[in-house]
Amino acid sequence: MSVITIERKILEKNDEVARQNRELFANHDLFVLNLVSSPGAGKTTLLERTIEMLRDTLKIAVIEGDVQTDLDARRVAKYNIPAVQILTRGGCHLEANLVREAVTNLDLRGVELLIIENVGNLVCPSNYDLGEEMKVVVASTTEGEDKPLKYPAMFRNASVLIINKIDLLPYINCSLTALRDNALKINPSLTVFETSCTSGAGVRAWCDWLVENARRKPAS
Amino acid sequence: MHELSIAQSIVDIVGQYVAPEQAGEVCTVNVRIGALAGVVPDSLTFCFTAITAGTPLAHATLAVDFIPYRVSCAACRTTSRAEPGLALCPHCGSAETAVLSGTELQVVDIELNSVTPEQR
Repeated sequence: MSVITIERKILEKNDEVARQNRELFANHDLFVLNLVSSPGAGKTTLLERTIEMLRDTLKIAVIEGDVQTDLDARRVAKYNIPAVQILTRGGCHLEANLVREAVTNLDLRGVELLIIENVGNLVCPSNYDLGEEMKVVVASTTEGEDKPLKYPAMFRNASVLIINKIDLLPYINCSLTALRDNALKINPSLTVFETSCTSGAGVRAWCDWLVENARRKPAS
Repeated sequence: MHELSIAQSIVDIVGQYVAPEQAGEVCTVNVRIGALAGVVPDSLTFCFTAITAGTPLAHATLAVDFIPYRVSCAACRTTSRAEPGLALCPHCGSAETAVLSGTELQVVDIELNSVTPEQR
């Protein structure tokens, strides 16, 4: 019996491509977000409201990740912004190499903010660095206040939490305070926004934060 | 179900250490999986068996060392096992904690038999 010591990260290949992506994004002065949530939390609608509000302020590009169909890319392409669809064809998450490929199909000239909408899934995408600056997790009130406790890795790895569908609070059994507190128990440094993409509530605060961060260039 | 792509990454890494003709000698692949890595050990071993079937690694077993989630607390200076993901210290409730373990996702080593299964 002999033993060969390896001691390597299983996802090192993905991490290396993510590092290259990060370098490319830095060269383009791009602020890049990895938008994650469970299916149906409202990622694409949030994107639409964001683009509507910022279209004259910030140059935005979008990468849409889905298992199947280009429906989401078509939804955001209506706004005449650079958008490209990644189909994972069964895959439950985006990987860095898929993003690298997608980026080659995007016209990044002048783009300040790139939003990568991940596949709707609160488990798998948390492992895969895409080269983003930060992860933004969307949790909707209809999913219940215990989501952060059930899917801790995603909430731990995110920097921003958007609690969406707050307009539905009067009709459902979900405490906004409990949802927020549960998320902060997992990750006390989360920046939290509360939005309704239907009424538009809270979207302005999120957009202001986006502009501020996209314009905050590294001091190089 | 990203265990499948994790299993494939493990096979790829092992392939960098043993030549295909030597792969039949690999009896165990030891990996370290943290409680917060979002990987289900049973699913991972299932996927590993599935993708190595019919390959030189078919006789290799994937052994998972499951690492608990532990935090250290700067406020009460204790280290403890915590509910997966919770940043609060189980002793004093402080949020001034640092993760000690639980995010691992590593290939540790491989064990080889000098005799291939065919020679047994």
